[in-house]
Amino acid sequence: MIVADKKPIEEIIEEVKDYTSILIAGCNECVTVCEAGGKKEVGVLASALRMYFMNQGKDVKIDEVTLERQCDHEYLEEIRNNIDQYDAVLSLACGVGVQFMAEKYFNKPILPGVNTCFLGVTEERGVWTERCQACGQCILASTGGICPVSRCAKRLLNGPCGGSSSGKCEINPDLDCAWQLIVDRLKELDRLDDYEKLTPIKDWSTDRAGGPRKVVREDVKL
Amino acid sequence: MRLQYPDTIRVIRVPCTGKVDILHLLRAFEKGADGVYVVGCMEGDCRFNQGNLRARKRVEQAQVILEAIGIGGDRVQMYNLSSGEGTKFAAYAVEMTERIRKLGPNPLKSAKRRKAA
Repeated sequence: MIVADKKPIEEIIEEVKDYTSILIAGCNECVTVCEAGGKKEVGVLASALRMYFMNQGKDVKIDEVTLERQCDHEYLEEIRNNIDQYDAVLSLACGVGVQFMAEKYFNKPILPGVNTCFLGVTEERGVWTERCQACGQCILASTGGICPVSRCAKRLLNGPCGGSSSGKCEINPDLDCAWQLIVDRLKELDRLDDYEKLTPIKDWSTDRAGGPRKVVREDVKL
Repeated sequence: MRLQYPDTIRVIRVPCTGKVDILHLLRAFEKGADGVYVVGCMEGDCRFNQGNLRARKRVEQAQVILEAIGIGGDRVQMYNLSSGEGTKFAAYAVEMTERIRKLGPNPLKSAKRRKAA
């Protein structure tokens, strides 16, 4: 899922301090799981902002809504009828949702309430780590399900560098060496001969390095 | 035990402090409470395993938020005691009341009054 982190409330206050009617829009998917922008966080932020403005002596209307997702037309349309009563929308969705909402409601300021971080997993409650960098050419079949593009600090594709020691990375000693993990897993799967196969030079044109990307599926387009 | 403790405290009983949500704490201040304190079991002795630990985390979150918005993080506190410690309950009640008296009333109350005027 997309992992995001809450923005410090001081930063959010700076973003919204001049508006008199704000809608806080949460998202029921990834940001709910990483406890940054779901219904609960919307409620907490709304309460905090109400108190802040009350303390400043300002009369600010703050409403709450949590949409199923903010990356699909249907769900964003749900606020079409009442968005005009607000000066601004504070969206707690990931960067995707904030932008899509901004495209849809072109004349309304849409402000971000979370910092979008990476594609990752919940290792335990409160700890999220990166797993995928969306390079567009998945090679997990030959690396035993562990990605060297996202988990190796050097993005090496054919084995560890000389700095791998005791299973840890030389760049960041807190990181596991991805290639150590890959070899361990291939051993477990009894597929160590996959390790011997050379991965050719990667086609990075499908990575973000080539610019914003697009996927078109002619077989599903109506 | 018939101990005396300040009558300015409203006790809300919950089956476990784990039931106290951060929104309960924040809304109390929104509605004008001067202080909120959560009293739970000793750490490690929660009847429901981790309820009091969750409550402590929520109290800490609330402290950060209240500090950031200018209400004051010291107004919300968590205390741990066992259900047999009546004396400590009364002592904490007195301690909390003293702390809140020193901090003064909830700034939102005067803000609301100024707005109404």
